[in-house]
Amino acid sequence: MSAVEHRFGPYGGQYVPETLMPALAELERAWVAARDDPGFRSELEGLRRDYVGRPSPLYLARRLSEAAGRRLYLKREDLNHTGSHKINNALGQALLARNMGKRRIIAETGAGQHGVATASACALMDLECVIYMGVEDVRRQRPNVQRMELLGATVSPVDAGARTLKEATSAAIRDWVANVESTHYIIGSAVGPAPYPAMVRDLQRVIGDEARAQVLEQEGRLPDRVIACVGGGSNAIGIFAAFIADDGVELIGVEAGGEALEPGRHGAPLTVAGRPGVLHGALSAVLQDEMGQILEAHSISAGLDYPGTGPEHAHLRDTGRARYVAVSDAEALETFRRVTRLEGIIPALETAHALHYALQPAEADVDLICCSGRGDKDLAEVLAQA
Amino acid sequence: MTRGAEAIAAAFGGDGRRAALMPYMMGGFPDLATSRRIGEAYADGGADLVELGIPFSDPLADGPVIHAAGTAALRAGATTHEVLVLGSAVAERVPVVAMVYANLVMARGVDRFVDDLAAHGVSGLIVPDLPMEESDAVREACEASGLALVPLVAPTTPDERMVRIGARARGFLYAVSVTGTTGERVALSDAFAALVTRAKAATAVPVALGFGIGTPDQAREAADAGADGVIVGSRLVRAAAEADGSDAAAAAVHALVTAFADALR
Repeated sequence: MSAVEHRFGPYGGQYVPETLMPALAELERAWVAARDDPGFRSELEGLRRDYVGRPSPLYLARRLSEAAGRRLYLKREDLNHTGSHKINNALGQALLARNMGKRRIIAETGAGQHGVATASACALMDLECVIYMGVEDVRRQRPNVQRMELLGATVSPVDAGARTLKEATSAAIRDWVANVESTHYIIGSAVGPAPYPAMVRDLQRVIGDEARAQVLEQEGRLPDRVIACVGGGSNAIGIFAAFIADDGVELIGVEAGGEALEPGRHGAPLTVAGRPGVLHGALSAVLQDEMGQILEAHSISAGLDYPGTGPEHAHLRDTGRARYVAVSDAEALETFRRVTRLEGIIPALETAHALHYALQPAEADVDLICCSGRGDKDLAEVLAQA
Repeated sequence: MTRGAEAIAAAFGGDGRRAALMPYMMGGFPDLATSRRIGEAYADGGADLVELGIPFSDPLADGPVIHAAGTAALRAGATTHEVLVLGSAVAERVPVVAMVYANLVMARGVDRFVDDLAAHGVSGLIVPDLPMEESDAVREACEASGLALVPLVAPTTPDERMVRIGARARGFLYAVSVTGTTGERVALSDAFAALVTRAKAATAVPVALGFGIGTPDQAREAADAGADGVIVGSRLVRAAAEADGSDAAAAAVHALVTAFADALR
């Protein structure tokens, strides 16, 4: 029995070239040692507090609550340093890499939030940093590209396939295969081969642990529903993790419905529930054709524009513990504007998917929504849609 | 020994070569008709075994040349079924080992996929993203269908792990000569000879060296280091990509395969 989950029900595993297998074993050993090491924990906790600004606030959104007719609490990951939940994972893995003696860091990014978080952590720890990003995402998330470059990272544009997150992830994995001895790959979501999905969840679990305590304190009870957007699903698994044992709390993941729930036009593999498949090292819900070729995803939100998802989400869906739904591009855009006007909070387009679902009529009194990131990066894209 | 393993063993035994020549082709690239001629040209040029790639959308173990060829083959409409039909034609000349990513095997269903390979005369299967820990179902299906499941070892594979992989190898053991993806290299890494020695000590089946062998001199170096087989991939796929038309592609790969074969005499 491994100390870190390799499988979630039938999902997960390590579907990678042999070259990487010893590195995954080394990473797992290092992670198991670090997570129980008081020195590592106290350094990470100190950085979370003083560098990231944790705990992030839990905010009872006044006007959104009025509009919804129930109390909506936002877990304000958008207020973290670098503007999203991604820094929780990036800092933890950068510390781990430094402890492992790996001086070179690679990462993939879609919206650029994970890229910025990783570039920041690498600047702080004086590590070399290369970020793979699809050419299409470089275009639509320009401010984040500029931030990464200012932070000293090399942004490597990936010109293959649909030029988005899937290809960026593939390029990062190929780099890792070639440079595995010197390099650590900071994967940005709860995807990839074991031990990544469990390790990323554990690093993001701080969202749920804080939010659970905060909502109990402010509301005197647990929420009826916990709602988060799901691309790879790291903010969602991070907030869900603290509530999985609370049977009365409904867990809802909101995927990218894109233009329509038709092949090639969305990013909602959990919602459409096709055959499971292997992408980027794990068996999970994947958008694929009859032959097993991976399909391109589509979403207005670069962070959700991905044909796969984390293996633990596929298992939570199958067991019925969590439920997954899709929100379209148009709905997310509408809610992006609405939330901005109602609350004076500009959410990331990714987050706007979760907010949109939360604002629909429901049998609930208290909702907890992961406000996973801020939307400054999305201004150009949103304004161009006007 | 299974039918597939016997056919592969015969390919390693042959005609006074110092090592078996095992050229790779991307099935359906640049198109199905040309690809069929490329298979013929490999056999005519002196291939002992042909490694047949089935195009996949997300080939993580491949460098830019083979990745692009797979993408182009899919864009040209190649399907797994058509590539297997092509493989059955090549298999009438020399043994064929299919190189297939895990998702294509699983999407069809492991047993059905392996049965399809066997029905098309394929002797062995390489799944570059299916390490030992994940391979039980595929290995059992291969045993049942008479196919050899060929595992890979890399320079990063520790000795103890290599022995466990080597014990499960059927047909041959595929030694990845470089820490990296497929593609031509200016020179073989210093470590490749040590890898061949380690791999041979770890298994009873022949050891074939692949990834990064792009010149006849490098093929000869591999044989000198004790490799029982030499796999040449990206160099040949690049020749097919650069050729202008079907005739030129077949002629170009024929000339190259002949040169590699001569180097291994």
